[in-house]
Amino acid sequence: MNNNRKVTLFIQCIIDGIYPEVGFAVVRVFEKLGIGVECPAEQTCCGQPAFNSGYRKDAKQAAEHFINVFGDAETIVCPSGSCVNMVRNHYPELLKDDRKWLPRALETAKRTFELSEYLVDVLGIDDLGASYGGRITYHDSCHLMRGIGVKEQPRKLIKKIRNAEFVEMYDSDRCCGFGGAFSVKYPEISTAILEDKIKNIISSNADVVTGCDMGCLMNIQGILSRKRLSIKTLHIAQLLAGESI
Amino acid sequence: MIRINTENYRDEAIKGINDPVLQKALADLQVRFGRGTAEAYRNLPEGPGLRRKAHEIRMKAVENLDILLERLSEKIRARGGHVFFAEDADAAVKYCLETARKHNVRLAVKGKSMTTEEIGLNNAFAAAGIEIAETDLGEYIIQLAGEHPSHIIAPAIHKTRSEIGLLFSEKLKIPFTTDPETLTRAARKALREKFLSAGMGISGCNIACAETGHITVVSNEGNIRMSTTLPKVHVAFMGMERITARLSDHDILFRLLSRGAAVQKMAGYVSYIGGPRQAGHADGPDEFHLVIIDNGRTKILADEEFREMLCCIRCGACLNVCPVYGKIGGHAYGYAYSGPVGAVVTPLLVGINRAKDLCLGETLCGACKDACPVDIDLPRMLLLLRSKLADGDSKWNAGRENTGEKMLYGIWSEIVQRRWAYDAMLGLSREGSRLFTGKDGMISSLPFFLQGWTESRDMKPPARKSFMRQWKKLEKQRRVK
Ligand code: SF4
Repeated sequence: MNNNRKVTLFIQCIIDGIYPEVGFAVVRVFEKLGIGVECPAEQTCCGQPAFNSGYRKDAKQAAEHFINVFGDAETIVCPSGSCVNMVRNHYPELLKDDRKWLPRALETAKRTFELSEYLVDVLGIDDLGASYGGRITYHDSCHLMRGIGVKEQPRKLIKKIRNAEFVEMYDSDRCCGFGGAFSVKYPEISTAILEDKIKNIISSNADVVTGCDMGCLMNIQGILSRKRLSIKTLHIAQLLAGESI
Repeated sequence: MIRINTENYRDEAIKGINDPVLQKALADLQVRFGRGTAEAYRNLPEGPGLRRKAHEIRMKAVENLDILLERLSEKIRARGGHVFFAEDADAAVKYCLETARKHNVRLAVKGKSMTTEEIGLNNAFAAAGIEIAETDLGEYIIQLAGEHPSHIIAPAIHKTRSEIGLLFSEKLKIPFTTDPETLTRAARKALREKFLSAGMGISGCNIACAETGHITVVSNEGNIRMSTTLPKVHVAFMGMERITARLSDHDILFRLLSRGAAVQKMAGYVSYIGGPRQAGHADGPDEFHLVIIDNGRTKILADEEFREMLCCIRCGACLNVCPVYGKIGGHAYGYAYSGPVGAVVTPLLVGINRAKDLCLGETLCGACKDACPVDIDLPRMLLLLRSKLADGDSKWNAGRENTGEKMLYGIWSEIVQRRWAYDAMLGLSREGSRLFTGKDGMISSLPFFLQGWTESRDMKPPARKSFMRQWKKLEKQRRVK
């Protein structure tokens, strides 16, 4: 049914560099749906690290590069809420005084979607025929939920996973304490916030915590590993791709 | 005289995190108020969209401050009240002190006001040998303990019942108890005596009304009403932005303020004060002074990108949902205003470089924006403050904070525009990380600025081949096929 559809993937830098398997899970999700996938070879980073640290001139360069690389793509899909938030909400702000780039930024923003949002809202699909034997809990990433308003879409997708049990953790929508550079600049505060998140994950009795942003999941994984806890962190695409890892 | 301690953000934050009593108090506060407020907005008859309306009302007022303040002043003067425009904290404090001296005031009673905390009024009065008694129960406890408020609305949340019991038995000479009712009665008795003997009452102002020419004070304990009606002289302080055009605006703003501040439909006491006692009034002061304070607000007003901050009605709702405030408590912010509101307004008032940790030490989660009854985009302004730190801004007397970091981002911005360079960077970090990767395949200790991460967390090292490299290879194979 989706024979003519094609999506262009923007792979978040964390996935590209540290978690390539998540990128391939995204590819498999689209393969399942019979949707063609493209990945422009020149893509790098959306510029969020620089923007969040205040380096707007540098972020602007990354933004312009992004817009150039994805200029012709009909539909851009990205497995990260915070990158999409960057493109959709911060590019227009970053380029607001630039008459050349602003229209292009606004135009690109309209064509950029977060993965779960694209599947559920655009394609109208919530069942990917995936299967996972275990208890899954979900962490709402801040930029995904508050920035671009995606809250129910991932839940719809997870609830359709076969053999899996979905459990809501307490305060799922509370920040995990990542905050990008914040996590290394203010590690004590970041960790204190993260500890609460971990408590809630543990009390959910889930054996896997999932989400739509590897930034948060990397943070959560980092402390789970340090505490030698066996709870796994998986990006939602990994669950939807039907891998039982 | 004014307490500005923003430089110690990190140390104070760590102190807060390691204080189990504070941790429990903060968690309770955030569960009770943070969750309750969201619910209260949802239950508004007009729906949560009313916050946007309130934002517009506030913004309109902020953009017409000169006219509105003029109108307010005229009306108050016509009723025999005095109005004084104070350019800065010193001028405001001096005016109040002179008024106190003129009336030979030995004791003043005060209703909770963060503006007076901002200008350091208590210290100035103490230095002049005039006692100011705080009359809000929380503020009273803090004052007895010789501390500073840690929350805009709940100033004493960092104190336990037994700490308060000990404090009262020592200072008020009552037998030790932790029974809230007995403690409150003891405070009430002590405060009644103060109310009756005070020569001056001091208050803040929640939101003034230009149309009718009144200031308003809101409380739940009735203490502000007593402070403003019993003593002969009443001096009220208001930030110059705390005004709105019409009385009808107050309906919306107070309903939102009460929900944001304390999950109430309406606060217990709302008083409108327009001057000294008029003929036929049963009570009220003989003299009424309104001190309208600038103290850096004109500068905020002049900057379109920060102007929105003047919409703030100091309700404290943003503190009740902030994950950072919820861990570090109010004292870390080093000035009158804590939490997200403090993180934005304090740098604007005391200097962006001086308060740099307040701008940088936040997660940007955005919970504050959703909690704000007047829908202020605090995260947007936090990001903007960071940009001033990154590149400096002469308009704000801000200097570049970190030239090394600036250089790194400069190089980074060149790299991200070229995939080959980006690949080279990934390659380097992969090679570098090998040194630190343990047997379990995780990194448990990183050097330099990355050390912060591995103090409490492991990290997965960069993959052997990035996604893009693998993808390109696959593409090639596909093409060959
Ligand atoms: S910023 Fe908003 S939520 Fe925070 S104190 Fe001001 S009005 Fe209240």
